[in-house]
Amino acid sequence: MIALSYVWWLAALVLGAAAVFDLRARRWANALFWALIAIVFAAGDAILAADKAGNRLPTQLAGAAVVLMALLAGSGLLKRATVGDGDAEARTASAQRLGHKLFGPALMIPLVTTVLFLLAPYLVAGDWRLFPAGNATVPALALGCCAAVAFALYVTRSRPAQALRESSRLLDQLGWAVVLPMLLAALGGVFEATGVGNAVSALIGQFVATDSRLACTVAYGLGMIVFTVIMGNAFAAFPVITGGIGLPLLIRQHGADPAVVGALGMLTGYCGTLLTPMAANFNIVPAVLLELRDPYGVIRGQALTAVLLAATNITLMYFLAFR
Amino acid sequence: MNYWPLLGVAAVVAGFAARLNPMLVVVAAGFVSGFAAGLPLADQLALLGKSFVATRAPLLIVLTLPVVGLLEHAGLREHAQRWIAGLYYMSLSLLLICYMALRQILGALGLTSIGGHAQTVRPLIAPMAEAAARKTAPGLDELQRERIRALAAATDNVGLFFGEDIFIAFGAVLLIQTFYTANGIHLEPLSIAIWAIPTAIAAFVIHALRIVVFQYGLKRDAEPRA
Repeated sequence: MIALSYVWWLAALVLGAAAVFDLRARRWANALFWALIAIVFAAGDAILAADKAGNRLPTQLAGAAVVLMALLAGSGLLKRATVGDGDAEARTASAQRLGHKLFGPALMIPLVTTVLFLLAPYLVAGDWRLFPAGNATVPALALGCCAAVAFALYVTRSRPAQALRESSRLLDQLGWAVVLPMLLAALGGVFEATGVGNAVSALIGQFVATDSRLACTVAYGLGMIVFTVIMGNAFAAFPVITGGIGLPLLIRQHGADPAVVGALGMLTGYCGTLLTPMAANFNIVPAVLLELRDPYGVIRGQALTAVLLAATNITLMYFLAFR
Repeated sequence: MNYWPLLGVAAVVAGFAARLNPMLVVVAAGFVSGFAAGLPLADQLALLGKSFVATRAPLLIVLTLPVVGLLEHAGLREHAQRWIAGLYYMSLSLLLICYMALRQILGALGLTSIGGHAQTVRPLIAPMAEAAARKTAPGLDELQRERIRALAAATDNVGLFFGEDIFIAFGAVLLIQTFYTANGIHLEPLSIAIWAIPTAIAAFVIHALRIVVFQYGLKRDAEPRA
């Protein structure tokens, strides 16, 4: 069986390789940064198991490692690898030689992942199953990436070490931005544990004029957007805002259709996701991936869509929920 | 009710507004909110470490990097650009609108892992979009190229977000159902997912119109001033 832990080890291998290449190139801060995250990945399951068993030292060390990574990122010591345009001619020549063959491995990741995901319920023999039950996506993605690497090595006639060298180059180009989504998700956990969610819903409950349907609908929609912008995630906002406004006011008091309120409320939250740097993996990481000088360039590109769609959603909710 | 942990939210807003390093802002906000809630430092470190380790999934993007890196080194982006430049009917708006439609339809079928910023936008869609835009405006400047790449990433986000909610086994639909069940309201996933369809259509129309307007702007800028 391909357990989740193998996938984390594979990711640790890619991250560890970046540490080794940076060590060789004497980029000490980068090497330390990637080594820390590689260790957290490789030891992750052991850390969680120790925490469950009551030994808090490993989780505290992991917390300290996170603080150290943040300090490294904030200190400006991490060097962005320079984008090498020196081999542009070689790339153009290689592109002409290989042509459409280059598309094959690129399309293989989604294709293999999807096929394996759909086949997962059938890839069983007695008690043995290829993927852990109910969690096939992540191992399927890992296998899809492995298959695509093998095919890419064959197509480009490269040695395996070249694949890790290229991933290390990309990691140094992405820098800390690649870790930010994880850290933001962790912040969500910290906020929840320290009672931020309860405080927000208590605040909102005090300020809404409750006898107008329209005011309640608008307050619910805006609440979903604002709280999603703060948390970076509509999933975190949904229980808080629906519990604070949607359920007591819209559904119980005004008799709105709960299915409509739930679906459109969540989708209004998604409009907030399009607007916030807290949703780093959708808004900040791509800005780095696409080498934009403006870190908020992607948000600027989608802000107008988000605002127009949020207005549409709130209007739809008002008319559909009170049919 | 202890309102002091909200200072953590204020720290996030202030930090992003001051354009400090986001990693620092996020860690600092966690500590602000932790101290405001009266947690000792040792508990806060453990909480931060545990939350961090428990959310490793977003970093799986690194598994795609060896493939993307190898192919880029072998000229994938150059080839994608040349190919699109050779298709006479392919314009920026046609390319991005087709990509958004594909992303929404596949997302509605639960196939969200097809596509993504690392897998498809950086190696394929962004360079293709630039090549397609050159047909409308041959002399793209650096600012326009950035805006085109940003629009390609935005299109991926819009297509993903407003397609996947129609899929009944998607996490958001199940989250909504679970929330209502916990509050004594019983709903079928399908009855929730069906209400995502009007928004999916609205998102497609709004963003497609914006792409067309963007291309019109490129064309207007490219024409010599009278």
